[in-house]
Amino acid sequence: MAALRVLVGVKRVIDYAVKVRVAAGGGGVQTQGVKHSLNPFCEIALEEAVRLRERGAAAEVIAASVGTRACQETLRTALAVGADRGVLLEVGEGPAPGPREAAAALAGLVGRLRPDLVLLGKQAIDDDCNQTGQLLAAMLDWPQGTFASRVELEAGAARVQREVDGGLETLRLRLPAVLTADLRLNEPRYATLPNIMKAKKKPLEVMSASELGVPPSPPRLRVLKLEEPPGRQGGQRVENVAALLERLRNSGCI
Amino acid sequence: MLAARPPPWLAPACCSSPSAGALPGLPRCPRAGGGPLSFRPPVCCSRWRFGPIKCAGGRGQALFLPRAAALRLPPLPGPHQRGGRRGGALPRGWAAPARRCRSGVAMAAAVIGRAAVGAGLRGARRCQTLGLLRRGCAGLAVDDTVNGLSEEQRQLRQTMTKFCQEHLAPKAQQIDQENEFKGMREFWKKLGELGVLGITAPVEYGGSALGYLDHVLVMEEISRASAAVGLSYGAHSNLCINQLVRNGNEAQKNKYLPKLISGEHIGALAMSEPNAGSDVVSMKLKADKKGDYFVLNGNKFWITNGPDADVLIVYAKTDINAVPPSRGITAFIVERGMPGFSTAQKLDKLGMRGSDTCELIFEDCKVPAENVLGTLSKGVYVLMSGLDLERLVLSGGPLGLMQAVLDHAVPYLHVREAFGQKIGHFQLMQGKMADMYTRLMACRQYVYNVAKACDRGHFNAKDCAGVILYSAECATQVALDGIQCLGGNGYINDYPMGRFLRDAKLYEIGAGTSEVRRLIIGRAFNATFK
Repeated sequence: MAALRVLVGVKRVIDYAVKVRVAAGGGGVQTQGVKHSLNPFCEIALEEAVRLRERGAAAEVIAASVGTRACQETLRTALAVGADRGVLLEVGEGPAPGPREAAAALAGLVGRLRPDLVLLGKQAIDDDCNQTGQLLAAMLDWPQGTFASRVELEAGAARVQREVDGGLETLRLRLPAVLTADLRLNEPRYATLPNIMKAKKKPLEVMSASELGVPPSPPRLRVLKLEEPPGRQGGQRVENVAALLERLRNSGCI
Repeated sequence: MLAARPPPWLAPACCSSPSAGALPGLPRCPRAGGGPLSFRPPVCCSRWRFGPIKCAGGRGQALFLPRAAALRLPPLPGPHQRGGRRGGALPRGWAAPARRCRSGVAMAAAVIGRAAVGAGLRGARRCQTLGLLRRGCAGLAVDDTVNGLSEEQRQLRQTMTKFCQEHLAPKAQQIDQENEFKGMREFWKKLGELGVLGITAPVEYGGSALGYLDHVLVMEEISRASAAVGLSYGAHSNLCINQLVRNGNEAQKNKYLPKLISGEHIGALAMSEPNAGSDVVSMKLKADKKGDYFVLNGNKFWITNGPDADVLIVYAKTDINAVPPSRGITAFIVERGMPGFSTAQKLDKLGMRGSDTCELIFEDCKVPAENVLGTLSKGVYVLMSGLDLERLVLSGGPLGLMQAVLDHAVPYLHVREAFGQKIGHFQLMQGKMADMYTRLMACRQYVYNVAKACDRGHFNAKDCAGVILYSAECATQVALDGIQCLGGNGYINDYPMGRFLRDAKLYEIGAGTSEVRRLIIGRAFNATFK
């Protein structure tokens, strides 16, 4: 089997365990001083890539991130988990790149690095967009296997089992392809202490989008307002089904 | 998967309403074959009000858990609270089994909760309530810029926090209640895989060849999850492994270190006796040379990891009549299974329950002469220099405990209400938070700096005693404050505050009592003015 180069996209997001608060002004959430970490689905994608390399199916795993300089710490974690090198596509301060901008930047990087397989997490836990993988595949005109729960590589192709609404679907995609990782693909490993120390020596490049020839595109979405939902109101008990139906009818639900 | 028996914190002892089993009208668990959610729902106790905690399973049915449980965790931010989603309405994937639109956070919690719940059945994986519950319990962020940690040390802390919160914190209460850490061996192997058992050991034996600050960080994070397991970890990695690294010869290191560092073997160190604690030099365990062997007779007491250890470093008197008595001590490496070596009852301690402590009995125990650690009759140097580093590394324990107290008390203060507002906004509570926090941070800087100095080769008995003296006493005080912050809730065992206090108290006693530590510092000053 030819040794492949795998590009893994990772995103720095607010840690899943943090209680998120709306920022003053209502234009977003508070990110200053809040703990950030690697998106859990990107961890799963990275784990899959590292496993492919350990099995001998892949030769090199490159972790890439699109964001500000702070993303370097996320890439260092990715290196500690097992990536061979890291690339940061730096963007300026301002609204964070959305899926479209991220996909465009990654497409530019793909043009430069020429990987055979791109693995992304299926969605980021901050915006839950579930778009970057699909947009990237369309931009590159590559086949895509999203919500992957099992990936097997064959000569020049990938056999992907996807979790879809109706059940499990298996596709055979010609490489190069874009895959997005779902929850049950694998269980990510921890960055062990020896690997954290080894990651110090692995290369981490920083480049800007213009170096890749990606035209700057301002974000096309603007968040007008963000507010917490109203607090939960107490419920009311009803005596029987008839009373329940009457209540539902009165409130216009049915 | 919900346990068949309610976990202890779901059914507080205060409530006298007896009816176990489901209240009529409450939903049944969608997963466990429709069985009743078993907990005791009292009508008497006003503390109990129900808040919904949604199951991550496909059906998205609400599972109702008592408010007490909800109080301990910040209210679960539902999927709709993650920025940008349509406010109010249930997201599409939440109610229906459309996996695609399921909230990333719930899935993330499932990823994280997976470890807590275990592999389990296919259905169990989807109903990861435990994972969701723990999502709110990640604790406060630690400012490692103020703490002066390097990039790698921050990553180490992140890995250990994540690992311990997922694999250890959920079991901490049970370990304390049962006075036993079932699954200790597997956990040790996982620690071995992470590379944190032999932090100060050379790479050729499988160690990480790092410094005492890294060791303190790991000790801190494990203690944050469970101080008892942290103590066992400290005994294994510092008292046993580090002593072997510093004093063992090639043969001994090759024989014992690899398995200790991989987690296959558990280590311990034995110096105290029933009648020799602070006055350790007056120990009575005798070691008589008989040809190629030493024969040990006597016993040791207060030995952490004693019941489980495979390799123990034991101090004995080879020359009972030496003058001064310290000149007669030799350190030996004893293996479990050596003839004449046995362990007696596990001690029933006030705190650090789960870190097994017992008595060791030597009845004509034959130890090969090649197992002498260091030089014959020069064991006191091994002992004393080891004690300094033991105090330094074990100082991570009180730090972790103080952090754990803050992790639990501060969110509680911002959820609990009285007189129409969150009690965390009252000045006296603000004062408590400030006191707890500043004690923790002051101790941290002292411990970390002394550790950094030791890493540069600058060892100082005065400061090694000072760090544990101060952080242990601060930890007890912070734990008391933590109980006070939670009020009545702090006094019951549903909440971990009592455990923190019981665990913190040990650090004023073990590794040299506070009194001995004060003597050491005082005498160090005396010596400079001789």
